[in-house]
Amino acid sequence: MNTFADQLLVLVMLINLVMLGTSRLLFSIRAVAVQGVILGLLPGLVHPFSLHLAAIMTVVIIVKGIVIPYFIGDAVHKARIRREVEPFIGYVPTLVLGAVFTALSFAFAEKLPLAPEHEELLFVPASMATLLTGFLILTTRRKAISQVIGYLVMENGIFVFGLLLTEAMPAMVEAGVLLDLLVGIFVMGIVINHISREFSSIDTSRLRALKEE
Amino acid sequence: MTDTIIHLLAVIIVPPLLMGVIVKTKAAFAGRAGAPCFQLYYDLFKLMRKGTVFSETTTWVFRAGPVVTLAAVLVASLLVPLGRHAAPISFSGDLVFFVYLLGLARFFTAIAALDTGSSFEGMGAAREVTFSCFAEPALFFAFITLARLSNSLTLSRILTHVTPDVWLAAGASMLLLVGAIFIILLAENCRIPFDDPNTHLELTMIHEVMVLDHSGPAFAMILYGAAVKLFVLGALFVNIAFPFSTGNSILDWGIFIAAMLGLAVAIGVVESVMARIRIVRIPQLLVGATILSAFAMLLMLR
Repeated sequence: MNTFADQLLVLVMLINLVMLGTSRLLFSIRAVAVQGVILGLLPGLVHPFSLHLAAIMTVVIIVKGIVIPYFIGDAVHKARIRREVEPFIGYVPTLVLGAVFTALSFAFAEKLPLAPEHEELLFVPASMATLLTGFLILTTRRKAISQVIGYLVMENGIFVFGLLLTEAMPAMVEAGVLLDLLVGIFVMGIVINHISREFSSIDTSRLRALKEE
Repeated sequence: MTDTIIHLLAVIIVPPLLMGVIVKTKAAFAGRAGAPCFQLYYDLFKLMRKGTVFSETTTWVFRAGPVVTLAAVLVASLLVPLGRHAAPISFSGDLVFFVYLLGLARFFTAIAALDTGSSFEGMGAAREVTFSCFAEPALFFAFITLARLSNSLTLSRILTHVTPDVWLAAGASMLLLVGAIFIILLAENCRIPFDDPNTHLELTMIHEVMVLDHSGPAFAMILYGAAVKLFVLGALFVNIAFPFSTGNSILDWGIFIAAMLGLAVAIGVVESVMARIRIVRIPQLLVGATILSAFAMLLMLR
């Protein structure tokens, strides 16, 4: 069962790289939705079945796979943008950086003092790689929506790390995190709409100066 | 001994058929009858009977180009095991030799194109060399992964080492490798997402533009060399992707030929359903292939 979980984690890391390489926003939203669904399936593979677990899985799949992508997709639709133009660092360099970060997270995970039952699994490197990919998307893209997606990817990375502890993590904490995320995305969607209405662009690099030039 | 003879016969006879199957598949997708599967054989015979015209500005390099290219690719074909049988030539480290034979073939195609003094062909040569810079690391990472898996440095060993058991044990990294090698296969053979083999007058083309000045038997050698290259890299792919062995020698050869024809159909399908990508996106896809195979290596080393 655990080898199958490992294959899914490999898929999660591949989706990270896909998101770094693509310029189409709708495509990255779909990719992050697929990543969310895979993350929702993972707890069922690593822990014995229980009602608590089933509830977490359903909520995670619905929120990460359907609700949040719907909100971001709606914001994209309203702001009328299709693709990220001219990121701060180009696509090929970010792709290479993402690969380097993935390799580094593998190296780093080797050094961590983990519980013996977690050492053989890919959870720790996958979570670090996803976290770093999220950072990379947040820092290199201009559009506010891409940055929201980067934030989501980061959260996915934290979620993978949390999977190691699902048994110890009460459902309330899990639900609270998901609710925070949902509200965060909701607020960001509204903010993005406001920015695009006021300034006819959601390029965040133009929001640095306080005054008109 | 019989295996060696069959190997040589397969390398010499089968390659143009693969091209024919690809064209036939594309025709079937477009709803046309299409050229017969053996069209390339007719073309080759026709070109061999024709005379050759050499431009006055060219030197011996231009004449040597097609010969060296074909020779390098044919030698490379002797290094790859076909149908789970060991290759006729094999020595430790021959995987590096293999990659650089392909590199030599590419170098002579490019330098023959530059020798014509045509800026158009020079552009094609520059593109070809640039993109192969991106494709080569991907191939090397794939070979390193396989070499590590089989603890060997000969192509025959590392490719015949892949069995269904290996797939079960290291499924994820094998899948990544297959994906990476398929992308390299398409890129190295100038198939559609990278280059359109049918265009002859487009500014976007890469490989075709370099061979515009060749004619007659020299052009036949280029066409045949391209078919053999597709066969060689296809055999590499088939060895990794369909690692089934029955133990019966003749049956294995049958399976191998069937798998190669299946691969040709798959390439035809890819070419029918995809458009050629923009030229600025090509390095991105090739870097993607490199990352796939590097990632496979990472999973394997762990």
